[in-house]
Amino acid sequence: MNLTAIEKRLLNEFQHDFPLVPRPYAEIASSLGVSEEFILEALEKLQKAKAISRVGAVFTPNRVGVSTLAAMAVPEDRLDEIAGIVSEYVEVNHNYEREHDFNLWFVLTAANEEHLQDVIGDIEENTGYKLMSLPLQEDYHIDLGFNLQWT
Amino acid sequence: MKTVQLSDKDGTQLLDEQDKALISLIQSGLPICSRPYQSLGEQIHMTEDEVIARIQRLQETGCIKRMGVIVRHRELGYRANAMVVWDVPDEKVSEVGNCLSQFEFVTLCYRRPRCLPDWPYNLFCMIHGHSREEALQNLEQMIGQCKIESEHKVLFSRRCFKQRGAVYQPEADSEFAGTIAAPRQTNGAR
Repeated sequence: MNLTAIEKRLLNEFQHDFPLVPRPYAEIASSLGVSEEFILEALEKLQKAKAISRVGAVFTPNRVGVSTLAAMAVPEDRLDEIAGIVSEYVEVNHNYEREHDFNLWFVLTAANEEHLQDVIGDIEENTGYKLMSLPLQEDYHIDLGFNLQWT
Repeated sequence: MKTVQLSDKDGTQLLDEQDKALISLIQSGLPICSRPYQSLGEQIHMTEDEVIARIQRLQETGCIKRMGVIVRHRELGYRANAMVVWDVPDEKVSEVGNCLSQFEFVTLCYRRPRCLPDWPYNLFCMIHGHSREEALQNLEQMIGQCKIESEHKVLFSRRCFKQRGAVYQPEADSEFAGTIAAPRQTNGAR
């Protein structure tokens, strides 16, 4: 992906401390020396190009609602189909194939434990595979975003 | 019935209905327009000032970890992304976790339960590199600097089937259902 210097700064310098003022994009624009319109267009372009998933909040796990990391061991020839079923759940927010016998990994979030357990049961029933649930016990990482290095 | 729980450290602080409505809205992202907080407020009968004040409070109380641009590593040249899992003795897991978290190429680091006999690993982190070689070099650096002797496995990501913000309130339970959840869809493999 070809990025301009402004786009690179937009991606790297605004992953946290998003301005809490009525016109936050105008504030970002002024610190980058461009117009608000320019920033709005750039963000839309970056979102379309899938360089950003959104401008938004990352919630602290288990402070608002509950979550778990789930893994399943699915035969290779059924992985597409099973991953498709899993992705359809609104409670699933990340769903990846990984290199391991446990080859399908996804995060489940719900408003409460009861609902989370219901969804786990439902996924097992709909896919026919057992789900390993690994809820978070301790978070060591202070999330300030990611310092992108351009090659 | 189904409510958003805020398990605050002292257990006393709870989110009110308006907080929950706001959280539901911002989970899928802030609008990209000149007055995003005003636009959010219009959807839940809240003034722009109140939206800003409530988001500020959610940050201060630690409900929101960070707010800003959420980047997608893979599309930005980080082709090699791996979950590295470690089997660390219980008494050392915090020390190792804190050490791993310092590295710039680490984006998450969590302790999770083992699930024996299938899964002996209790420490999880995500590492990122432009190539597998770079990611594995990063891993060697971590092992050396944190002096880790525990067994580990590297689970490189292959396909991403879905990536989006968390949805804590299922559609059926929210009075603002129409606004919180994108249509159910499966992202194509890349």
